[in-house]
Amino acid sequence: MSPSKRVLRGRGAVPGLGEGEALVSPEPISFLGGVDPRTGLVIERGHPLKGLSVAGKVLVFPRGKGSTVGSYIIYGLKRYGKAPAAMVNVETEPIIATGCALAGIPLVDRLDADPLEAIKNGDKVRVDGDKGLVEIESE
Amino acid sequence: MELTKEEERILAGEEGEARQQAMRLLVALGRIFGAKRMIRVRSAQISGVSYRTIGDAGLEFLEDFARAGARASIRATLNPCGMDLRRWRRMGVPPEFAEKQLRIARAFKRMGIELTWTCTPYYASNRPRFGQSLAWAESSAVAFANSVLGARTNREGGPAALASAVVGRTPLYGLHLDSEREPTHSIRMGFKPSNDLEYNLLGYFLGKSLGSAIPLISGLGRPGLDDLKYLGASAAASGGIALFHVEGVTPEAKRGRFDGRGLEALGIGEEDLVAVKDALSSSRDFDWVLLGCPHLSLAELGAIAGLVRGKRLRKRLICFTSRAVRAEASRRGYIRAIERAGGLVACDTCMVVSPLEAMGIDGAYTNSCKAAHYMPSLSGAEAALRSLRDCVHVAIQAGP
Repeated sequence: MSPSKRVLRGRGAVPGLGEGEALVSPEPISFLGGVDPRTGLVIERGHPLKGLSVAGKVLVFPRGKGSTVGSYIIYGLKRYGKAPAAMVNVETEPIIATGCALAGIPLVDRLDADPLEAIKNGDKVRVDGDKGLVEIESE
Repeated sequence: MELTKEEERILAGEEGEARQQAMRLLVALGRIFGAKRMIRVRSAQISGVSYRTIGDAGLEFLEDFARAGARASIRATLNPCGMDLRRWRRMGVPPEFAEKQLRIARAFKRMGIELTWTCTPYYASNRPRFGQSLAWAESSAVAFANSVLGARTNREGGPAALASAVVGRTPLYGLHLDSEREPTHSIRMGFKPSNDLEYNLLGYFLGKSLGSAIPLISGLGRPGLDDLKYLGASAAASGGIALFHVEGVTPEAKRGRFDGRGLEALGIGEEDLVAVKDALSSSRDFDWVLLGCPHLSLAELGAIAGLVRGKRLRKRLICFTSRAVRAEASRRGYIRAIERAGGLVACDTCMVVSPLEAMGIDGAYTNSCKAAHYMPSLSGAEAALRSLRDCVHVAIQAGP
């Protein structure tokens, strides 16, 4: 089977280009207490991504939740070389946008299709935070 | 978003890495909230400065940001931190905590932020005028600046306020717009609050009932500045209230633009406040009395000094205020009166952001609903609510 390509269009919240393998969370993510900035591992008890690494991935999730200190955790991930290559939200909010802006991680939301449905774990995804585009290449 | 040439230049990194980071953050927030452009702001009030709340992740960001060249381009003032920076040993703060807190202080100093360490900048060096645009991040100060002073600010997060301090701008949306400052609910008082605790309880009830609405309160009489300070602080703690109007009292309501007709109405009786107090207040007796959330005003320190002068306190009393207000209170002899009676007047911090459990405090009497709201979750301590006057009497008489 040949790989299929699809492009979703949305809103670029934080500019920049990022690409990597998709890691999709059906649940919102709290970075404070949810992700370890030094290892990049999801540590929140009971979270669907628990034990997986966000490093280098295109992290796809509905939105942020929890403490505003989560913004600093996103910055910390970048600092320790464990940051996602880009993030895609259904509808973003200030905690995630602040963290991505400080860390320089491209962020896109409000796409013309539900990214939680359109993107599967392991898809190759390219995010353009300037134009608000998400290119998906799946096997 | 439409950016000016200068703003585009900053965003492209032509004025350095730190200004680029700051502008990128403000543009991201502007896009999310649908702002059409940036506006200039007069001052920034920065939150997220206690090591207790921001931890190592926040500390590392602030140090990196200062190293990258972040410098305040407008007046910028700071929230309270986790300890009195001069007398932290006397407060019982552990040295490991103090060391991290002092590193945070050095990072802010390097960025040219005024080290005011207070949640009531309007009682110190940073008192905005009517109509001025601000980027403030302390929720109680946001409520005071918008409501009591008629200045304009959204409820900023700590990093956004810091970014505004660096580039002197904020995205134009929300409470910066006339149309977003109109009242959404009409509140009719069935009685007049008679002391600071009742204003706290009223605020807490409003925040809990209305979320982040804009109440227009009528029938309140003539509340004082500290009453309004407590009302706003409590409403911002239990809900997201960033602006309230009081008929005949607050500047925008005084201009007679609002008549309250057609708004959703809510009546408040004394029993509503009793219910709030029952839910929030512990019935235990504690060894501590903590006052100053938000920071005590000169008038309040004067009242406390008057009550304790010549007495010997039988409970531990800490009064939290800003360094600026403490200096004036000292000139007037208030500090000597309180400390001779056995109390402590601490600066730079408060009972919400200091490490109470490490200081051996498992509960305290206080008049602040904001403190009662945060103390259990932040430091496992309970609060017994009394008016300021009754709190001081409890400290003198050693009984509930």
